[in-house]
Amino acid sequence: MMERKVELKVVNLKKYFPVQKSFLERLLSGKIEYVQAVNRISFEVRRGEVFGLVGESGCGKTTTGRLITRLIEPTEGKIIFKGEDVTFIQGERLREFRKYVQIIFQNPYASLNPRMRIGEATAHPLEIHGIATGERKKKMVFEMLEKVGLEPAKKFYDLYPFELSGGQRQRVAIARAMILNPELVVADEPISMIDVSLRAKILELMLMLKEERNLTYVFITHDLAVAKYISDWIGIMYLGEIVEIGRKEQIFSTPYHPYTKALLSAIPVPDPKREKKDIKLKGEVPSSINPPSGCRFHPRCSFAKDKCSNLKPSLKMVDKDHYVACHLY
Amino acid sequence: MKNLLTIQDLRVYYYLREGAVRAVDGVSFFMKRGETVGLVGESGSGKSTLGLSILKLVSSPGKIVSGKILFNGNDIAGWNEKKMRLLRGSRISMVFQDPMTSLNPLMRIEEHLVETIRTHQKIPKAEAKKKASLLLNEVGIPPERGGDYPHQFSGGMRQRIGIALAIALNPDLLIADEFTSSLDVIVQFQILNLMKKLKASHQMGLIFISHDISLVSEIADRIALMYAGQIVEFAPADIFFSEPLHPYSEGLLNSVPNIELSDQKLNYIPGMPPDLVRPPDGCRFYPRCPYGEDICRRKEPPLVQIEKEHMVKCFRYDGKKSRT
Amino acid sequence: MKYSISRFIVSNIIKNIFPRKGTEYFVLVGFILVLLIILMAIFAPFIAPYDPIKKVGEILERPSGKFLLGTDGLGRDVLSRIIFGARTAVLVTFLAVSISLSFGVLLGLLSGYTGGKFDTVFSLVMDAMYSFPGLILAIVLAAMLGPGILNTAMAIAVIYTPTYFRMVRGLVLSLKESLFVEAARAIGAKDRTIVFKYIFPNVISSIPIVLSLNAADAVLTLAALSFLGLGLPAPTPDWGFDLRAGHAYLASRIWWPSTFPGLMIVILTLGFSLLGEGLNEILNPELRR
Repeated sequence: MMERKVELKVVNLKKYFPVQKSFLERLLSGKIEYVQAVNRISFEVRRGEVFGLVGESGCGKTTTGRLITRLIEPTEGKIIFKGEDVTFIQGERLREFRKYVQIIFQNPYASLNPRMRIGEATAHPLEIHGIATGERKKKMVFEMLEKVGLEPAKKFYDLYPFELSGGQRQRVAIARAMILNPELVVADEPISMIDVSLRAKILELMLMLKEERNLTYVFITHDLAVAKYISDWIGIMYLGEIVEIGRKEQIFSTPYHPYTKALLSAIPVPDPKREKKDIKLKGEVPSSINPPSGCRFHPRCSFAKDKCSNLKPSLKMVDKDHYVACHLY
Repeated sequence: MKNLLTIQDLRVYYYLREGAVRAVDGVSFFMKRGETVGLVGESGSGKSTLGLSILKLVSSPGKIVSGKILFNGNDIAGWNEKKMRLLRGSRISMVFQDPMTSLNPLMRIEEHLVETIRTHQKIPKAEAKKKASLLLNEVGIPPERGGDYPHQFSGGMRQRIGIALAIALNPDLLIADEFTSSLDVIVQFQILNLMKKLKASHQMGLIFISHDISLVSEIADRIALMYAGQIVEFAPADIFFSEPLHPYSEGLLNSVPNIELSDQKLNYIPGMPPDLVRPPDGCRFYPRCPYGEDICRRKEPPLVQIEKEHMVKCFRYDGKKSRT
Repeated sequence: MKYSISRFIVSNIIKNIFPRKGTEYFVLVGFILVLLIILMAIFAPFIAPYDPIKKVGEILERPSGKFLLGTDGLGRDVLSRIIFGARTAVLVTFLAVSISLSFGVLLGLLSGYTGGKFDTVFSLVMDAMYSFPGLILAIVLAAMLGPGILNTAMAIAVIYTPTYFRMVRGLVLSLKESLFVEAARAIGAKDRTIVFKYIFPNVISSIPIVLSLNAADAVLTLAALSFLGLGLPAPTPDWGFDLRAGHAYLASRIWWPSTFPGLMIVILTLGFSLLGEGLNEILNPELRR
């Protein structure tokens, strides 16, 4: 099997947000506190693959998506795209980067400019990068709209977002992201706000585009079932760190990390006859401002040892294409 | 045994500028004491409106147009506000999706509980306080935290407080509207377990409203599937998932990713739900139905009883389980 | 701005009493009123029966066939003065509104989007101006700048610039964080493009309401300034000035020199208020459904 090239490499990526404090609060405490949203994560994504980044809210997956697309700047670490270090690029280089790396957001009701018609919105990336003008530009937009299933393109070209359903708006967002022919697309919970019976349609579209253009996806989601359906590789995030990462088949057949096991047990399955499992997990996700020491999961873990509160485990290979950050292994 | 709740041909419309939106358009179902009904539907199906109408919480421009709501044998559809207020919170309770806005941010949670209890029961404050502590314990919140304000709790804990408030007076029926939709999957699991436990210990009926069919399968005894303001299938849970009859039920179940399956082929249902201001004459699902025939386009199918407790609204079934 | 607040309340009361259909009539009425007065201003020389600054009759003559609305204390035809007064009112209002809108909106956009020290400084300045009682500020400025149409317009414009600024800046601050702006950044849009193509079009729909209140206010402020003898030089036909001049005769039951100019002020103010509601509905395509 031909090894695919590494498209995106993230090394020890860190993003800490300073906590906003009022003047009085600053006066009284003096210390600056940080929301440790992303705490030194590393992973690789190969060309043509779908990397599912999975976790509950507050785990840092959305922030990671923003970092990869350079919508925000990392505090530390490296982002390497096609061999080039893009961690802190600015200006024209950054604009150039945007032609290759795009993002689809979660909320189709908020990601489109309400005052811009669909045609304008889809054409805008072409205008910004000077790729096409006039008739040729319009033709490209028509083709793209039809490709994402908004037919007849002529009709949709002149409509405003409010005249479209959620699913249709998300397709416009996809069209807008794809019209520049990017190589890597970050999809941040792209279907969680779409009706259940229509989600597969969007997923099908995304997979079709992937096949056609040899795209690479970073698919961010809290829904492991969706991640299983669409991903090749999966990374499980907890409180800003990656606790387990591996090929999809590996993760689901032999999960190692206690958190992964708990997640898998907690997911509802449409089968009332299924035996109800119990998850051995106590408490709730702590704040990322003062995260637990050592392994961030240790306060909730039924298998925690002394070592776990002192030493942070690093990702270790436990199987082929399977890595876990846990002192149990 | 008398049913806890029976809904007969309920119609709830919203009177807007563009016309009357027929949010609930001829819904009938029943539930027994201590049962859980999973009320499932996508956006615009009318499930939330149905839940609100049971407690007559549908506000203008919405209105209950016709139909009966029989609670413990009494038709409450025509009851006035005064009578309804005696029911709400004490005999029928409701909990909602958003943990942020359901609780009074200016009230300590113990205070809130005490006030709720004393609104319906004339007992001294000290006794109410004791009850409140017990309730908090029951829902998994350390009673010492009774003096805290809602914003000091996480989303999951706020939902627990919401439950405590709802069951404070031992209601016969609890309606949960997308109650766990804003929670993470692990907290959702914990809350669901809590609800199962409380349901049993309090002998409560539960209407669990959700768009998530997989979630509902974990808790419901019966499933009522809604589409475009109507119930299209009403069946015991295990039968619904193993032998769904209505094409929409089939389509929906095929579009939901099941983590226990490998190599699942996910489908979707083409088309979109109908306009509820001008719904089509025939079956509302017809435009999206793979089995649709001429009669489906012309006439609205009746809700047919297949077996003792399995009803479906589709011309393919005429009283037997076999397809016509 | 006591009068602008009470007008806002009145229009809200009207909205609640009458069903939606009713307020649509008012919008039309407002539009017609304003249009009539603008036409009156444009065609003044053709409509007015007499020269407004010449003595054409006896002083304080009753309304009659010869002088439809009577004459004022200097024997001038009240009707002609009112018609020409429309010119002044419309011109000064238009100038004042244009100036405050242009400066207020532009500064609000730039200040809100840029942030930092620039924003802090401008906000402070605008807040200071805003906290000053409007009419007093106008009086001081009019006195300083001296008489004249442009000067008066500028004095009035200063009162409302901070209102536009604050409103636009507030909107910009929240829009700056919205998802579609982030999406614009994600496709590579430059700041300038974001401000004018993404943020400004979403701000524009809130302007008409402020614009109408502004216009109505400007009419009243101009009237007040003229009433106090500031703003426009003497023989210029001006409703406020005439209102003041005619005021002295009210005690003797001579009502026409002050009532008609007063009535015109009310009509134009009302017209703008009703019109503003209508503009708001037109500029919001979602509401058009």
